This record gives sequence, C-alpha cells and structure tokens, in this order.
Amino acid sequence: MPALRELEGVYLKSKTDREFQKELARLQMTYVGRPTPLYYAKRFTEHLGGAKIYLKREDLAHTGAHKINNALGQALIAKKMGKKRLIAETGAGQHGVATATGAALVGLECEIYMGSVDMKRQALNVFRMRLLGARVTEVPIGSRTLKDAINEALRDWTTNVQSTHYVLGTVFGPHPFPVMVRDFQAVIGREARKQILAAEGKLPGHLIACVGGGSNAMGLFYAFLDDGVKMVGVEAGGRGIAGGEHAARFAGGSLGVFQGTKTYLLQDEAGNVLGTHSVSAGLDYAAVGPEHPYLKDLGRVEYTYATDEEALSAFELLSRTEGIIPALESAHALAEAVKRAPKLARNEIIVVNLSGRGDKDVHQVAQIRGIEL
Amino acid sequence: MNRIDKTFKKLRAQNKKAFIPYVMAGDPSLEKSKETVLLFERSGADIVELGVPFSDPLADGPTIQRAAERALQAGVTLRKVIGLVRDIRPDCQIPLVLMTYYNPVFKYGVEGFVRDAVDAGVDGVIIPDLPPEEAGELRRYASATHLATIFLVAPTSTGERIKKIAGASTGFIYYVSITGITGSKLSLDSSIRESLSAIRGITKKPVAVGFGVSTPEEAKAVSESADGVIIGSAIVKKLHESPENLGKLMSELRRAI
Repeated sequence: MPALRELEGVYLKSKTDREFQKELARLQMTYVGRPTPLYYAKRFTEHLGGAKIYLKREDLAHTGAHKINNALGQALIAKKMGKKRLIAETGAGQHGVATATGAALVGLECEIYMGSVDMKRQALNVFRMRLLGARVTEVPIGSRTLKDAINEALRDWTTNVQSTHYVLGTVFGPHPFPVMVRDFQAVIGREARKQILAAEGKLPGHLIACVGGGSNAMGLFYAFLDDGVKMVGVEAGGRGIAGGEHAARFAGGSLGVFQGTKTYLLQDEAGNVLGTHSVSAGLDYAAVGPEHPYLKDLGRVEYTYATDEEALSAFELLSRTEGIIPALESAHALAEAVKRAPKLARNEIIVVNLSGRGDKDVHQVAQIRGIEL
Repeated sequence: MNRIDKTFKKLRAQNKKAFIPYVMAGDPSLEKSKETVLLFERSGADIVELGVPFSDPLADGPTIQRAAERALQAGVTLRKVIGLVRDIRPDCQIPLVLMTYYNPVFKYGVEGFVRDAVDAGVDGVIIPDLPPEEAGELRRYASATHLATIFLVAPTSTGERIKKIAGASTGFIYYVSITGITGSKLSLDSSIRESLSAIRGITKKPVAVGFGVSTPEEAKAVSESADGVIIGSAIVKKLHESPENLGKLMSELRRAI
C-alpha cells in the first residue's frame, strides 16, 4: 500500500507538472513518432462492401504497438521517483519490448517476466528485449502465460519495492494503475478524434478495439465517451466459449478479486482462476481492466469476441488487401469490423484501433497454417 | 474469549512464545493434513496456520506455490478446508487459523464464509491480499463472532499504517519479516527487533513474525523479540521431501522458540 500511495502521489503531481508534460510530449513526437496516422483502408473497405473503415495506426508507433505510450510515461514517472530499476510482465512481448525500450531511453535497469508458453510463441520479442539490455526471466509456474508473469512481477515488486518501479502494462491491477495507464493511452483517442473530424468532418459511428487487459481499447474510447459513438470491445473467443478454451471474460466470467482488482474474471466455483486460450498471447488473460466492466454495466460499451479462426482470417485479409500485417491481437478487432461493416451503409464510419503490427506473429501464423519457414 | 486470545494470554503469563507452524491443506491429501495438524499439536504447536490452496498465490514463494498446485490437483477448495477443520476439531484443542487469498472468500460469499468457518471451529483468518481498507465486509461479519481477523504489517509500513493495521487486527498481528514472499532468505540483523519495538509502541496486541523464518536458529533469534514465530515453507518442504523427518524438525523448532 505505501508504494501505491507514493506512486499515486507522484503520478497526480505529474499531470499538472508542466515540465513533465512538456518532456512527455516532446518524446511522444520525436521518439515514439506521434501522432500516429489515421488511415482510410480503402481496399479493405471495398472488399467488405459497407461502412468506411479507418485504422488508427498504433502499429507505426516506435516498437510497433501502442504499449510504448504507457511504458514511456511510466519510465519517466519512475525516473522522477528516483527508482533504479524497472520490471514488467509481458504476454505477447510488446509491453516487455516497450518497457525495455523505455528503460534504455531513460537509463534504468530492466527485468521482464514472461510465461514459458509465451516465450516459446513470441521468441522474436524475447530476443528484442535482450538486445535492448533487459533481462528476460521465464515464469514456469501456473498456466505459464500472462497472468503468471503478472504474479511474478508483483512478487518481485513486493521484494524490491524500494529500488524498483513496476511498469504494469495494462489498465489493470491496484489503483492507480488502471487510471494512470488509461491516461497515458488516451492520446490514441484524442488524436483519432481530431483526425477523423479533419478527414470526414464528423465523428465515426463505431469504434472497435481488442480487449486483453484493455489498454488500447481504453486509450481509443476515452476521448469519445461523451460522444454518441458506438464502441465495441473484442475479446479472445479462442476455440469457443467453453472452460479453458477462450479468454472472453464477459462471455464466460463472473465478478472476482484478482491481482488487486475487482473485475470480471474467468474462475471456477471455488474462486480459482481458470486457464485461458487464445491464439494471441496479448489477449490470453483471465481478467479484464476494471473500467471495462464499469462501461459495460453503464451500457456505454458493447463487448463481443472473435475466435482464433476469425482473427486469423482477418489477419490474412488485411495483409492482402492493404499491405499491412496486423498483430494477432489487433486482428480480433479487425474480425469484428469484417462482421459489422457489410451490414452498415457506405456513409457510415468505423475506426479500428490497429494496436500493433504483426511481424512478431508471422512465425506462429506460418506454423498454424502448416508452413515451414 | 477466543482460543487465540486465550493462548497468548497463557503464554504471556508463562513468559513463553507461540510456535505457529503452517501446512497447506490438502498437500498431498486432506487425510494427510489432518494427521499433520495433530502431529503439530503433539509436537507442542500453540496455533496452526492452515493454508487454503489458490491458483495465484501472490504472496508465496515457489515452495508454497507448488504445494498449492498439488492441493488444487487433489481437488481441494476453501469449502473442503473448512470441512477439514470441522473434522479435526473434536481431536484438537489449539487455535486453527486459515491463510487464504481473498477471491475464494469473495466467491464463497463473505457472510457465508464467516458463518461456516466459525461453525466448523476456525479461530482466525489471514488474507494477505486484503488490506484493512478493503476488509469492511469481512470485519463486520467477523466482529459479530469469535473469528479473528489477522492483518499483515510489512517492514515498509509507516507508523500511521501500523496503527491502522493494528486497529483492524484481532487475535494477533502478523509481522512480515522481509519485503518479499514466503520462503525468502531472512537476514538476522537488528531491523526485525527495531520494527517490532516500533509496533509495540503503537499496540499491545500480540505480534507473530513470519515469511522467511526457516531454521531453529532463526526461529530462536526471532522469538526473542516476537510473541510468536510462524514457520511455513521450511515445514512444507520437509513434509513434501522427507515426511519421516518432520517430527524431528518440529521438536527442534519447538525447543528453539
């Protein structure tokens, strides 16, 4: 608790600290490459034959995903707190890469926890993190995926709390993480709102984003919450909604308390956390950031899921029609656009958050499709 | 007065310290755990801490994580651990305290948990991922019964925080001897003694020390300034690797405390 209180204090101060905000804005522009483009996906749109689809190109941000927005912000916070070391969990490896990058940028030590299952399917990102000077520590216990990596990072943090800041990668965990991570990601929606108004002179009818922990979705949605825009969060449907076969918390979960958060959770009758499955390591997680259930209960955001197969088809379709290889996580959001766009009029607009690029997934997709590289 | 209060009152009158061994319920089976608890009592344990297995034991090191995995594989749940206490109670006079994470209690329903635990003969509950700020519901139900709510003080806790934790704790206060997880290496410098004396400046409630105490020497050193010593990972390890030597470890620890 004292560490969380300290973090909250420093974070709240940073929000109105003009020097801090100026430095963050400067790095977002010159280092991350913001603003990222909002791109009209013309051939993807024509192929589907309905609403106009725009892609918010977070895949073009430095390190290849939206994760850098948060990792950079928290690295600056850690520096401000005088910490010497950053730790983080990672699933797909994107947040680990982003944190290792942030640590290299501000000059801090870095250690990343990653489940053994994820290390295998995201070997490229493991090597990237090591290149960036981070130590990657395998987590061989539990389900050996993202949730176990978070457990291990939390254990490290309680052990080394004086020297270390825990860069939690999504809108999850104890306060202030869900709020702080959302605020660092909200730049996505602020930019997208301006960009779509400039391009179309009106707001989109729909926003679509994938939801693992839920940070890219919160980042896109936050600036539009007061507008009448429909919002859709897409979870991982895996091999279908049966125990252990998916990560769709809203379809198969119930209220629980996990890793410092009260939220929707995939759990058994005794309150133990269930195993999950998704083709996408970044969505393969049993709980969801607490603001999502809040928005669901308000009726403000609709939640649905895409199966592994639907995500893989969307992954291939976007690659072929647009020359953009999306991350498997983002492909879940695209899969929802594939379902939705043909039912909408041609003057309707959908903005999809293309939260990351798919280079990291190429090996895995080849393997699934039975191709040897 | 509940069994825990009676125990500490008696020990204080005799100028003795509480020996509090831990066992993961259901590792490897509930029948074995019953035998183990009775062995603890015969070996002179003053209080027994019964671990409830959970899929994501955040505060625990590898030894207890693995024990929890084994117990879960044996199908052990919070409900079954309460059943175990009910089964042991007629043969066992010492206080039994559950150490569980919050989600199993939350899923069970806090009101039903307190009712069933008390009814079975549970004397206290330790929930390492439940800070006093979030424990209103548990404390409300527990305060109407004899169920003690034991909260944890860490080496990083400030005076203000110790006051809050002490205020919420009944039975005893659990001082976590290291910043970290169960089964870590303890360093026997003066910091534990100093922290305990800071806690004693704030509260008269008994303070037991755990996390990282594994050898009789460490137990002896810690017991000089604490009211009780909790030993978990070292016992869980012995029980798993060479159960025939558990009795010997128990008597060594008992002599040391």
